[in-house]
Amino acid sequence: MNFLLEIGTEEIPHWMIPGALAQLAKFDVLGEVLSVDATPRRLVLRATNVPERTPEDQLIVKGPPISAGEKAAAGFAKKQGVELSAMQRVGDYYELRKLVPGRRGIEILAESLAAAILGIQWPKTMYWVGGQSGGKSGPRFIRPIRWIVALLGDEVIPFEIAGVKSGNITRGHRQLGSSSIPVTIKNYESELRKNFVILSSDERRKKIESEAKTLGANIDADLLETLTFITEFPTAIRGNFDSSYLGLPAEVLTTVMKHHQKYFSVESAPGKLAPYFVAVMNSSGDPDGLVKHGNERVLRARFNDARFFWDVDQQKPLADRVEDLAKVTFHVKLGSYLEKTNRVVAIVKELNGGPDAERAALLSKADLTTEMVKEFTDLQGVVGGLYAKAQGESAAVSRAIYDHYKPLSMDDSIPETREGQIVALADKLDTLRECFRIGMVPTGSKDPFALRRAAQGVVKILAGTPIDYNFLNLFEGDLRNFMLERVEYYLRDVCGYRYDEVSAVLANPLVTLDRARVHLDKVVQLRSAPEFESLVRSYKRIDHILKQEYFAQGTPFDFLLLEPGPEMDLHDAYMALSGRGATIEEAAATLRPLLDTFFEKVMVVVPDERVRLRRLALLYNVQKAFSWLADFTKLVIAGEQK
Amino acid sequence: MSSVQKPDSFQETVFKLKRYWADRGAIIQEPYDIEVGAGTMCPETFLRVLGPKPYRVAYVQPSRRPADGRYGENPNRLYKHQQLQVILKPSPDDVIDQYLGSIEAIGIDLKKHDIKFEEDNWEAPTLGAWGIGWQVMLDGLEISQFTYFQQCGGMDLDLVPAELTYGLERLSAFLQGADSVYDMDWAPGVRYRDVRFADELQSSVYNFEMADVDRLRRLFDEYEAECKRLLGLYDEKSAKKQRFPVLPAYEQVLKCSHLFNLLDARGAISVTERVGVIKRVRDLAVGVAKIWADQQA
Repeated sequence: MNFLLEIGTEEIPHWMIPGALAQLAKFDVLGEVLSVDATPRRLVLRATNVPERTPEDQLIVKGPPISAGEKAAAGFAKKQGVELSAMQRVGDYYELRKLVPGRRGIEILAESLAAAILGIQWPKTMYWVGGQSGGKSGPRFIRPIRWIVALLGDEVIPFEIAGVKSGNITRGHRQLGSSSIPVTIKNYESELRKNFVILSSDERRKKIESEAKTLGANIDADLLETLTFITEFPTAIRGNFDSSYLGLPAEVLTTVMKHHQKYFSVESAPGKLAPYFVAVMNSSGDPDGLVKHGNERVLRARFNDARFFWDVDQQKPLADRVEDLAKVTFHVKLGSYLEKTNRVVAIVKELNGGPDAERAALLSKADLTTEMVKEFTDLQGVVGGLYAKAQGESAAVSRAIYDHYKPLSMDDSIPETREGQIVALADKLDTLRECFRIGMVPTGSKDPFALRRAAQGVVKILAGTPIDYNFLNLFEGDLRNFMLERVEYYLRDVCGYRYDEVSAVLANPLVTLDRARVHLDKVVQLRSAPEFESLVRSYKRIDHILKQEYFAQGTPFDFLLLEPGPEMDLHDAYMALSGRGATIEEAAATLRPLLDTFFEKVMVVVPDERVRLRRLALLYNVQKAFSWLADFTKLVIAGEQK
Repeated sequence: MSSVQKPDSFQETVFKLKRYWADRGAIIQEPYDIEVGAGTMCPETFLRVLGPKPYRVAYVQPSRRPADGRYGENPNRLYKHQQLQVILKPSPDDVIDQYLGSIEAIGIDLKKHDIKFEEDNWEAPTLGAWGIGWQVMLDGLEISQFTYFQQCGGMDLDLVPAELTYGLERLSAFLQGADSVYDMDWAPGVRYRDVRFADELQSSVYNFEMADVDRLRRLFDEYEAECKRLLGLYDEKSAKKQRFPVLPAYEQVLKCSHLFNLLDARGAISVTERVGVIKRVRDLAVGVAKIWADQQA
């Protein structure tokens, strides 16, 4: 039988809907889930092949052992509500075979659906039912549930949530549809459409995209997704604004349109805004132009505000605002942004950033006191950069301020200029150091100060900048370990090096990220050489011997005492290679066969201490020819467990 | 309504909204006579939402936000704006339909406009209060906040109230098609500017330039001390506890809250101090709420 469930609610936050649908798709409805759909006001599950009745089943209940006697069996039978004669003897035990009759699917669903619906997990829930069965202990959901359609075939699956009884009555669009529409499984979607609800989010998305494109919109994927889930019947319209507003920075105009008003912007040429916007209504049309007019009016006020903020903000240049940062909290325990600014400037000095980077660092947070950033917080940094430029700061300074929050994610680019990279690095470095200093360390899913993102940003900048910073000097203690985890993540998951390669290279103290990558590339290159596996095996063997003999430093020895043959050959080859600074590939190619022969013919651990120490020292030196690159014992070769 | 008819004045829109809610069983209260930052802070909301007694009330509340003052120069931002506050406790099942009905009642044909409910949860740290809800967008303009209260004064609520607040200046400017609130009619022939400009200008001058920080601080301490003194005298076992002046105690909290806002606008609250001052106000508010709830029980 076919199944339909529609949970009718008040408007659900758009960003939570996809997560809820994923859970809805996993509902056990005894049949095969066909589809899940949603609008802001409804979550819908459709299924088929739900059995009218579940099959009859046999339940075996084990009774007492036969040795316990008939009395025990009689007691057991009574408890089960059957005659003793119904009991069977199976092996050493009494057994009762009960026939469990099949049940109607509709009954099972009527019992299970309410709990399943209320079991959907949301980021934040509310209660809305008052009184004794309500309050905090009452039902919780993302928003109040106002109606429920639950059908199996032609029948209503009867249940109740928060005083709302399931039925076959749905509701249409708030303004354009009926608020009481009887439906069947068959006509459900078409009845909704007649009442101005497009159930399929794909269809709404496509409708918005094609209409907006026709109107010239610059489609933003995130905004498209938002609009898809805040509308039941989306229709795009185009509005205008006075072209004099195009004198404001494009960043400001776009932020107002996209983030504040949820409009698409329109471009006259790539990167050049046109004085239009595309709004998406939750409605079928705007024949009198009222909606267009209203949106234009709001946008005009917003742009006026932005222009006003710009003009007012220019009355006090960024340089004069730095002192005001004493009144802006960075963090309750970490003081003000003025203190942060001073620390960031000091770090930039330590990193030899130069005068432009220092100037940029000094001004970097001053835009937090501007009206523009108070209104458009997403634009912090960007506004500072624009203001710096307008106030005659050099291009290097203003660009560095503009970029210093970058990268905002692993996908975002790093600042363009050297100064920008240094200021961005110093800013994040300071946040990380200070938070770790007071023990505000990310744990599990808790990372309120987004330190992982800051750390990942640092790694991305370090990896992308030509300036090589000494990792050991930048980070200490717990923070260094935290950063090393981020480095490992970066090398593995972003750069694609193998797990064992990363461990092998990072086993040596990491000096710079650039060096780490050079070493990793060499390891990768060696790995493809024919001598790799045997080399790794020899390396591990050397490592094992040296550890067993507690041999941990090179001892000078008289090479004239070396025995001719494999021992002398290995030594000579090693000396020749290190004498002319041979590459590791050459060393590998040359030493590998000599090592094989050495281990075949020469005993290292012999009773004569002079000989033993001499041979150990030789192996120690040979190992050093490779260990500077990576700890080869961490490399996994064929036939080994990781 | 014919299309050539002159749009409603500000006061006419207020009359219609009050009438609408009066018809739906709400008491029409008058504004509270002590400074507040929002209609939520009036005892008619903050205290009435507590406890098991149903209540419906609507009132216009002039709401003061010193930091938002713009000397009367910004067309949309005001030191003191007028809020229509509606509390429906408990919230009826068709509360959204009732709300939309109020928008129709002031002459907006919703079939011809675009209404959206966008997630916006509300929280007031100084009141120990929060709720779940939306901002209501009309053709891209935020005209209302809609909140299902969940906690107030640090206490869970027995009956979940719906709070509807209308930004009256915005709504009326929308109806009148005015780009500046100062240009709209307050009453026929009388502009908003004529009624309110001097207040905006002079309050901005006082709040930003002339308020005596030291005196404001002393006042804050005095009101706080008076409130604490009162709260300390409450005896929940007393047979005469209904006489206990919890409402006057709450008025001291409102004074503190407004003084805090003034000091803040003056830039006199330092980083480290801020959290502490908010906590001082919240502690008073929570103390008041507990006594009120106890008196109601």
